[in-house]
Amino acid sequence: MNINLTLIGQSITFALFVWFCMKYIWPPVIGALEARRKEIADGLAAAERGQHEQELAEKRAAEHIKEAKGQASDIISQAQKRANEIVEEAKDDAKTEAERIVTGANAEIEQETNRAREQLRQEVVSLAIAGAEKILKREVDKDAHASTLDDLATQL
Amino acid sequence: MAETALTASGYIKHHLQNLTYGKIPEGYENAGSWGFAHSAAEAKAMGFMAIHVDTMFWSIFLGVLFLFVFRKAAKYATEGVPGGLQNFVEWIVEFIDSSVRGSFTAKNPIVAPMALTLFVWILLMNLMDLVPVDWLPQLAGVVGSAVFGVDPHHVYFRVVPTTDPNATFGMSLAIFALTLFYGIKVKGIGGFMAELTMQPFEAKSLPVKILLMPINFFLEFVGLISKPISLSLRLFGNLYAGEMIFILIALLFSSGIGLGIFAGVLQWAWAVFHILIVMLQAFIFMTLAVVYMEMAHHSH
Repeated sequence: MNINLTLIGQSITFALFVWFCMKYIWPPVIGALEARRKEIADGLAAAERGQHEQELAEKRAAEHIKEAKGQASDIISQAQKRANEIVEEAKDDAKTEAERIVTGANAEIEQETNRAREQLRQEVVSLAIAGAEKILKREVDKDAHASTLDDLATQL
Repeated sequence: MAETALTASGYIKHHLQNLTYGKIPEGYENAGSWGFAHSAAEAKAMGFMAIHVDTMFWSIFLGVLFLFVFRKAAKYATEGVPGGLQNFVEWIVEFIDSSVRGSFTAKNPIVAPMALTLFVWILLMNLMDLVPVDWLPQLAGVVGSAVFGVDPHHVYFRVVPTTDPNATFGMSLAIFALTLFYGIKVKGIGGFMAELTMQPFEAKSLPVKILLMPINFFLEFVGLISKPISLSLRLFGNLYAGEMIFILIALLFSSGIGLGIFAGVLQWAWAVFHILIVMLQAFIFMTLAVVYMEMAHHSH
């Protein structure tokens, strides 16, 4: 148990070991540890961000669906309104058409009536002339009394 | 057992003698030339100009082993999934890093690697204590007699460097030098001297200050010197005592079969307990070294 040069030898050895460790061992190991720590932290942050984004996307999707539903109901109500309008229009058209047909028919009837009346009048005039001829027993000069007969015909 | 011809005290003494290389002193064979000491008295007579070859060999061997393994892991260290060795090294490095962060607040790139070196190196040196006490000295004796033709009785071989006060003092003196260097570097020579002379007794007036200086210096100097001494003696004492108990247990092996089995059980039990001591002493040495460095960086 003598104190001798070993003391100094040990000090030098120790110093060399510390130097080597400081230069070649500590930095790479700590560097790797730091890098991994950072990578893990980044990964966790990315995961969190992803989750957050997913939440946002879900919210957005829900909004879209809501909007789409609103639009769909709008479209449906518009379509219903339009259908009603078309029905109304069709009704109106039909009514006008019917009125037109009725008017046409009325006009035709009137025309027919007039024509029949005219015919009747002619026949009545002929009958009246024939009757008058028979009554007077003589031939009435048609040409001489044409104006008189026309007057009569119009009065009938 | 070592040599049957040896007495118990001879056996113990043989185990506690380092393999010493130095200038052979007067009154011994081959006086004046350099060689290995053949006895404890011869080693003692060599004085300071001698070296413990076994201590140096084992400490350097274990230190290089530590640096080699750690360097290998550090070289291929990736930030990806670590392999087995890298995992192990990272585990130790992280443990050291967190305990250094806990007790060292200043910024100094030397402290954490120093702590790592201290812890692993001392742990490895301490663990040599768990190798049965006779194996390696016996082997050295055989090699010594076969290769170098020396009487195996004269081949001394201690395998636990930390039971050599030279080793522990060597480390603590290096740490002491570092604390002095950084103490002066951080506080300046004036601040450093003031710390030694202006406390713990403080005064307002200059004459009283000067009067208190020697007292303060005495107290602070004792405190300063006691740090490296207590640091190295603590490690040395614990390991020396542990080794001594292993040697005493080993003595029992020669005392019949009953005591031999008892000694086997004892050795196992002491070895298990010793694992705790070995770890603890390495950790304490490292932590205190870091604390001393912390004290050097901050005025208290």
